[in-house]
Amino acid sequence: MFQIRIHGRGGQGVVTATEMLSVAAFEEGRHAQAFPSFGSERTGAPVVAFCRVDDKEIRLREPIMEPDALIIQDPTLLHQIDVFAGLRPDGYVLLNSSHSFEALGLGELVKQRGLERMCALPATELGLKHVGRPIPNVPLIAGFAALSGMFKLESVIKAINQKFAGKVAEGNIAAANEAYQLVQQQMKERAHA
Amino acid sequence: MLKQIEGSKAVAESIALCRPEVICAYPISPQTHIVEALGEMVKAGELTPCEFINVESEFAAMSVAIGSSAAGARAYTATASQGLLFMVEAVYNASGLGLPIVMTVANRAIGAPINIWNDHSDSLSQRDSGWMQLFAETNQEAVDLHIQAFRLAEELSMPIMVCMDGFILTHAFERVDIPSQEQVDAYLPPFDPRQVLDPAEPISIGAMVGPEAFMEVKYLEHAKQMQALELIPQLASEFKEVFGRDSGGLVRTYRADDAETMIVAMGSVLGTIKDTIDEMRDEGHKIGVLGIISYRPFPLAQVRAALVNCKRFVVLEKSLAVGMGGIVATDVRMAVTGTGLKGFTAIAGLGGREITKASLHKLFRQAEKEELPPVTFVDLDWDAVNKQLERERQNRHSGPIAENILHDKGIVSAKFG
Repeated sequence: MFQIRIHGRGGQGVVTATEMLSVAAFEEGRHAQAFPSFGSERTGAPVVAFCRVDDKEIRLREPIMEPDALIIQDPTLLHQIDVFAGLRPDGYVLLNSSHSFEALGLGELVKQRGLERMCALPATELGLKHVGRPIPNVPLIAGFAALSGMFKLESVIKAINQKFAGKVAEGNIAAANEAYQLVQQQMKERAHA
Repeated sequence: MLKQIEGSKAVAESIALCRPEVICAYPISPQTHIVEALGEMVKAGELTPCEFINVESEFAAMSVAIGSSAAGARAYTATASQGLLFMVEAVYNASGLGLPIVMTVANRAIGAPINIWNDHSDSLSQRDSGWMQLFAETNQEAVDLHIQAFRLAEELSMPIMVCMDGFILTHAFERVDIPSQEQVDAYLPPFDPRQVLDPAEPISIGAMVGPEAFMEVKYLEHAKQMQALELIPQLASEFKEVFGRDSGGLVRTYRADDAETMIVAMGSVLGTIKDTIDEMRDEGHKIGVLGIISYRPFPLAQVRAALVNCKRFVVLEKSLAVGMGGIVATDVRMAVTGTGLKGFTAIAGLGGREITKASLHKLFRQAEKEELPPVTFVDLDWDAVNKQLERERQNRHSGPIAENILHDKGIVSAKFG
């Protein structure tokens, strides 16, 4: 079983992101379970949502306390809550930021974990550029597909098409494509460095 | 058709396939997505003929459902928590009049303190209301139980609640096989009411009944639920013939054959329990599970049969009879009367407190050694409780309990300054 935890704030599409990841997994014939942390959702308040993926039926209903991957939609949360709590030693981290981990004060984390499974992506900027709204969720899940190899980009695009229609879908697909390429490029550059 | 879908949306699609003619809606979390989705289907003309009625309260929702059902319409509504409590007078009227209304309860705690999260306090508070209550373990089962519920309600002319864990199921996206209209039509015939208000053939429903007949009418409510004990397994077996899967029934066991310790529970927590049991079985523990699907009627004989060969059992329930202990546990203990079995009650998950595999491992191992007290409160923060008790001993004016506990835990500043 592979477990993903997404941190963000109310209004950033955190819950939708886990739902779309679950749809992407379903499109690949796998079992998936997405669920929110069930808080009273308010714009700006910290929100957590979860996605489990497995090759067999998922029965477990506890929150994800030891994730295999973290997606952090809002870097301001780094100063507010321990988003890294329980992250597995070989876990993935995808952070929404145009700055590096070091610039955000996470140099120690990079030293501990190395950068092979960590990536920062300017997802809010990609949302603004392609969809006209500062919603980072779709670029982040596409970026996560590139970072982890857990999902195919085409499955993420299928999930986008199920959730959105018309221009919004087109914009999100463009954002997903660019995010996927940006992360792939970063990972390649690191591999050669 | 297999879909990756939110539980609420899946249930809405299931209800639509059952061709309801009146849907009464009043929003309350975590049920709201179900009636919202049905409202959209009615508005888009996908669910027709059906009247979608926005009412002014839950009391009105049940009252309209009663009127519609008495007029011969297949009636549906959904609620949770305080919403269920607000409609209680009408809830008893629906069963007392014998009207086959189907209602989803998206199980949620009851305040105060106000809490929107899941436990089973709401529908269990209606234990003696005369409504049948079936509990879904997964969203697939929630979909399937609603289809069976209309059959069951209409065969007996009695109302039924289909209970699904609020948020944990209603807001979870998972794989669900949504049946075809042909399958549902083959299983569920059009509503043929036992009693109907018809201007062409006027009758009255709801007469005042005095001491000379009241007990007989009440006994017949009981007799209907005893009939349901026969009918529920039959309907589940017919369901399997049409839809090809096991769903519903009275009870279900898992890895119970040689189990010395049995865990009894209802609803979605059975999934986490089964995962825990698998891990313990791998280590050689003789432990199994009994899931109760039909809480009302309560299947005394089936529960007894499932437990009679074990040595001890734990009833893990998301409900608390304040001043007593367990609610489900009381019924389970009644079922095993005279067997000498050792029974423990574990209260867990109240107000959405997460129930983790780690806590279950600990609880079940203590149960195996019979080291549990009669009633255990799983993952209760004793420090917080004792601090408040001490505060009350020290200070006559100790203030509001909930705000004190929140303040102690540093969650919100309950006091200024």
